[in-house]
Amino acid sequence: MSSTGSEIAVKPQGTAQRTKTRELWRRLKKDKFAVAGGIVLLTVIILGIAAPLLTSYNPYDAVLDQRLLPPGTGGHLLGTDQMGRDLLTRLFYGARISVMVGFVAVAIALFFGIIVGLFAGYYGGLVDTIFMRGIDILMAFPYVLLAIAIIAALGPGLFQAMIAIAIVGIPYYARIVRGTVLSLREKEFVEAEKALGAGNLRIIFKHILPNTMAPIIVAATLDVGWMIIAAAGLSFLGLGAQPPTAEWGVMLSEGRNFLRVAPWVSIFPGLCIFIVVLSLNLLGDGLRDALDPRLKE
Amino acid sequence: MSGALLEVKDVKKHFPIKRGLMSKNAGCIKAVDGVSFSVHKGETLGLVGESGCGKSTTGRLVLRLLEPTSGEVLFEDKNIYRLSFNQMRQLRRDMQIIFQDPYASLNPRLTVEDIIIEPLVIHGIGDSHSRRQRVKEMLDLVGLSSYHGSRYPHEFSGGQRQRIGIARALALNPKLIVCDEPVSALDVSIQSQVLNLLMQLQDMLKLTYIFIAHGLNVVKHVSDRVGVMYLGKIVEIADSEELYRNAMHPYSQALLSAVPVPDPEIKRERIILTGDVPSPANPPTGCRFHTRCPQCMDICRLEEPALRPVSDKYMVACHKYQ
Ligand SMILES: Nc1ncnc2c1ncn2[C@@H]1O[C@H](COP(=O)(O)OP(=O)(O)OP(=O)(O)O)[C@@H](O)[C@H]1O
Ligand SMILES: [Mg+2]
Repeated sequence: MSSTGSEIAVKPQGTAQRTKTRELWRRLKKDKFAVAGGIVLLTVIILGIAAPLLTSYNPYDAVLDQRLLPPGTGGHLLGTDQMGRDLLTRLFYGARISVMVGFVAVAIALFFGIIVGLFAGYYGGLVDTIFMRGIDILMAFPYVLLAIAIIAALGPGLFQAMIAIAIVGIPYYARIVRGTVLSLREKEFVEAEKALGAGNLRIIFKHILPNTMAPIIVAATLDVGWMIIAAAGLSFLGLGAQPPTAEWGVMLSEGRNFLRVAPWVSIFPGLCIFIVVLSLNLLGDGLRDALDPRLKE
Repeated sequence: MSGALLEVKDVKKHFPIKRGLMSKNAGCIKAVDGVSFSVHKGETLGLVGESGCGKSTTGRLVLRLLEPTSGEVLFEDKNIYRLSFNQMRQLRRDMQIIFQDPYASLNPRLTVEDIIIEPLVIHGIGDSHSRRQRVKEMLDLVGLSSYHGSRYPHEFSGGQRQRIGIARALALNPKLIVCDEPVSALDVSIQSQVLNLLMQLQDMLKLTYIFIAHGLNVVKHVSDRVGVMYLGKIVEIADSEELYRNAMHPYSQALLSAVPVPDPEIKRERIILTGDVPSPANPPTGCRFHTRCPQCMDICRLEEPALRPVSDKYMVACHKYQ
């Protein structure tokens, strides 16, 4: 055995991991709706990043004699808003902010939610009681009120809105993770790890965490959409991003005063939110199926 | 003591019953209530008894997967309950467990290779090449092929999964393995394959087994000695041949009468136990079996019989013999 050691080509480490990712990718590709959702989402992100290359207008340049031009007139594909700014340009730039806010808020909420859920569920007892009572208190507030209270404390603004939404999201992830952990920690494969001499952190992060990922990733993907809506909602209420920022929620809010005479000013940002959230939901559903090894054909 | 790999001395495990938020402690379940036995190197000790009598709890106490309420477990003359976390971790290389449920005992997110490598990684044994080599050896040893390594547990049948669990338990070269009903979840046709594998491995690797089962028929083929448990206690422990030939405790007799006899010449009277197993939270006074015992005497209701030797290697806890 030892003599053949040098002849056998040693498989590079991480091969197993890469095959798993490829396998996930292969299964995701089969789901037409998820693929469509992914493509739309990717397109929106690219349009946001490449915004300066795609348009010659500046999103903040007010041109007072070109206010509220209907779509297709005066060289403005989607028309202009009440300040004479090119709507398409503002939508491109808005994609950066709105989509980013959704992802960052979910990432923050996920991080803390997962940590709280893992430790509360795994250790139980006092750790659980302390963490989960805190979570209960957070959940007792209607989420809009909670977000408003947080913004009242931090002051209005895009960043504050993002933090507020993230905090609102933490309890949901903590709950999902804790529930899954409670059932996982009684599983015999966890006991087998203990019998092998594995420490708690190894068990938590290597064996329990990956088994909570499927429900979490699905919930998170679906929630990016929810958080985009929530951030836009806060902006709409004047608590998030502030005018003249090119953010979809702000644009929706500004346009509502002109709904009768220039509906496009509100309709297009609303449509953008709708499309992005829909594609996120399709992608989330596809991911859920692809992540479940039992659904493998 | 001499020759015993493992010695269990009066071990108890009481689980507190928690009711609601306020009442701290509403009594306790006496899952294991004073169990003693020893296991010698290379032998198989069978543990049998009805569901809920504390077999699995005993197995977990032996491996210190549960902390005992009281008592001692000596492994190679060391009291394992006195060991520090790190000493215990080292000792875990010598004692392993095979579980009943082949579906719950393997992490569904790991490949078979990752599952079997796990013990080697935890104990920092070898480099990635020698570990892979070891996985191949282990798969071979339990009758699987090396290409199975890249697959996930759900791609295997129950019997194959049980083999994977056995490979994981063997990867560290343990001395003692607790087999907690390793075949009860399998088809009858697969059961004997897995049992034979366990016995071959025992011969090859000089393993010592504690073999848990709820019927005597499975234990019969594999055990050198058998302990019969009832409500958290051992009521009879003896060489398995003797116990099968001539069980003394009325409970063992009843269990034995449920085992089908291959030889139609031998007529065994079927003893049917009446009544349910009493709750381990509130076991009967005196002998725990007296509520269901067909041969109950007055003293049985009052006094608990101790587990006493009736001959060289035969111990029984019953007033009939004291
Ligand atoms: N963690 C626990 N907390 C509370 N009670 C427990 C716990 N584990 C076991 N018990 C109780 O202890 C008793 C013995 O359980 P144990 O699992 O040891 O039985 P068993 O003999 O292995 O039964 P089976 O044949 O069903 O596996 C049962 O009444 C059970 O409900
Ligand atoms: Mg059991």
